[in-house]
Amino acid sequence: MAAAPTTVDLPVETGEHGITPKKGRGGRGAWTIFRNRKAIVGLSILGFFALIAAVGEFIAPYDPNKVSSTLMSGPSGAHWLGTTNTGQDIMSQLIVGTRGVLVVGLLAGAIATAISVLIGVTAGFVGGVGDEFLSLLANVFLVIPALPLIIIIASQLPEAGGTTVALVIAFTGWAWGSRILRAQTLSLRRRDFVEAARANGESLWRIVCFEILPNLTAIIASGFIGTVIFAVLSQITLAFIGVTSVSTWNWGTILFWAQSNQALAQGAWWWFVPAGLCIAALGTALTLINFGIDEFVNPRLRTTGGSAKALRAKRIRARVGFTPVYRAPAEKRGED
Amino acid sequence: MTFLLRRFVFYVVTAWAAITLNFFIPRMLPGNPVQSLINRYQGQLSTDATQALYAMFGLDKETSVWQQYLDYWGNLFQGDFGLSFTYFPTPVADVIEQSIPWTLILVGVSTLISFVLGTLAGVYIGWRRGRWTDSLLPVGSFFSAIPYFWLGLIAISVFAVAWPVFPASGGYDGAFIPSWDPDFIWSAVYHGLLPAITIVVSSVAGWALGMRNMTVTVSSEDYVTVAHAKGLKERTVMFGYAARNAILPNISGFALSLGFIVGGTLVTEIVFSYPGIGYVLYQGVSSKDYPLMQGVFLIITLSVLVANMLADLAYAALDPRTRQEG
Repeated sequence: MAAAPTTVDLPVETGEHGITPKKGRGGRGAWTIFRNRKAIVGLSILGFFALIAAVGEFIAPYDPNKVSSTLMSGPSGAHWLGTTNTGQDIMSQLIVGTRGVLVVGLLAGAIATAISVLIGVTAGFVGGVGDEFLSLLANVFLVIPALPLIIIIASQLPEAGGTTVALVIAFTGWAWGSRILRAQTLSLRRRDFVEAARANGESLWRIVCFEILPNLTAIIASGFIGTVIFAVLSQITLAFIGVTSVSTWNWGTILFWAQSNQALAQGAWWWFVPAGLCIAALGTALTLINFGIDEFVNPRLRTTGGSAKALRAKRIRARVGFTPVYRAPAEKRGED
Repeated sequence: MTFLLRRFVFYVVTAWAAITLNFFIPRMLPGNPVQSLINRYQGQLSTDATQALYAMFGLDKETSVWQQYLDYWGNLFQGDFGLSFTYFPTPVADVIEQSIPWTLILVGVSTLISFVLGTLAGVYIGWRRGRWTDSLLPVGSFFSAIPYFWLGLIAISVFAVAWPVFPASGGYDGAFIPSWDPDFIWSAVYHGLLPAITIVVSSVAGWALGMRNMTVTVSSEDYVTVAHAKGLKERTVMFGYAARNAILPNISGFALSLGFIVGGTLVTEIVFSYPGIGYVLYQGVSSKDYPLMQGVFLIITLSVLVANMLADLAYAALDPRTRQEG
């Protein structure tokens, strides 16, 4: 048994102990993603924000709009993250504003993903002139700078509330996902199982929905999350430059008021630092989930941090392009 | 040549689409912002300007949409974007012309630096996969998740307010008049440093991540293994074989993500009150100056198209397959 050198795949499970791949890996079902450390961290942070978004009004210590006599004061026991120049509590604004950020982000992401699936899969599956036209459409939207386009659309709308902003962002942000989906559909279109389904006389809809789409799940998911990141950033930028309604709270609105009331010059860091950190934390969480999906789809990308350490301990050098070979210790080699 | 020809046709179509979109957006949206605006500026706008606005935003019910569309094209070819309200009665074209060199230099230089640095870092991190350098990835993703403008705010509060080594705003010292005078140029460079550093810091991680993933994917290709087996030097294999192939998607990615980057850098200009096109757009938005906003959008889109074309030329130079016939 031990006579043959054990070959180790470089991207083994990132377990700390040992380099032997686990026996019976329990299949590669969709739930494998929850064993990825990056995805777990990302999902936990996202869950935390989602919780705050759901119960925001109930746990916020103050009414975010309520002015008080504590003006422009730094963090204290009464106001954990300080107050604005009119004495509003910044932590309450952050907590209440979470819902707006998440709802618009997820809504825009969902709509944009729906459009990209529709256009990308159709383009890839139909081929020919239809494909040329739809790809051209996607590429045009990809090349036109999205943010200025969003700005000029949103600033000409009479009422730029949450849903409107989500629609505008979705309208400009679907192209990237559709491009990737089209490429993947093209490569699936001629696979044997699709040909088999076609030979069976299955309808076009059945082939697309039951043969093609399930194979695109991971890409659709990662495109969705990428769009949510884009939507969150765009929406916060819009609020920050004052294009959208400044009366509803989101993290960008806080930054808008901080900027327009000279928080920077007065050194009121508690006013603009927490909102930015929240944006970065949410963005990082979404990026980590996406890394998890990417590594699930493309095992070559898995970081070998833990197992590289284990390899080195066994004096195996992990080199690019080579499969590390684990030579069984000499005394074991004799036995059989 | 077919590759370049195809791309050229694509850019012509895109430019047409952007210009047409710009024409239809104010006509398709509900409400009538321009009418209320003209009412607000009653008496301040000359009859000519009001007439031009009517024509530009399709309030002129007398002429057909088609005729308006043709007029709009005619005006564009004469470089006429209408008059700006904010800088009334300066034409929009003049306002844009003054601001565009600032943006070109700031955004152009910092994006190039960030692309080169990020790509090199990505090759290195991808090549040495499994070492400590991998732990830079989460840090990188954190930085790429930060909005540009927020990093700008932090940079100002640290390096301009708390520890004043850089000016907090503006593109040059107000004591100078823009010219090719060395003092002025030094002042402009000094004012541009902080925004440039902000842009590089927030965008470098994105390039590095993309390049890292491509390098990892490419490095297990057969030709890399063969190059190793031939006993070539590590450096040669890394740059001549792996990086050379891995960079191709990164360059087309560069072209495609220019739109995103330009969007982000425009907001950086707003934070730093930098006299570039982003700041002009901001002023247009805050004073509801629609002709200015539309003009800025067109110019930004056309510049991004030109940058894309340059990236395509670079791609054609790097990838011999694009030069093959058929």
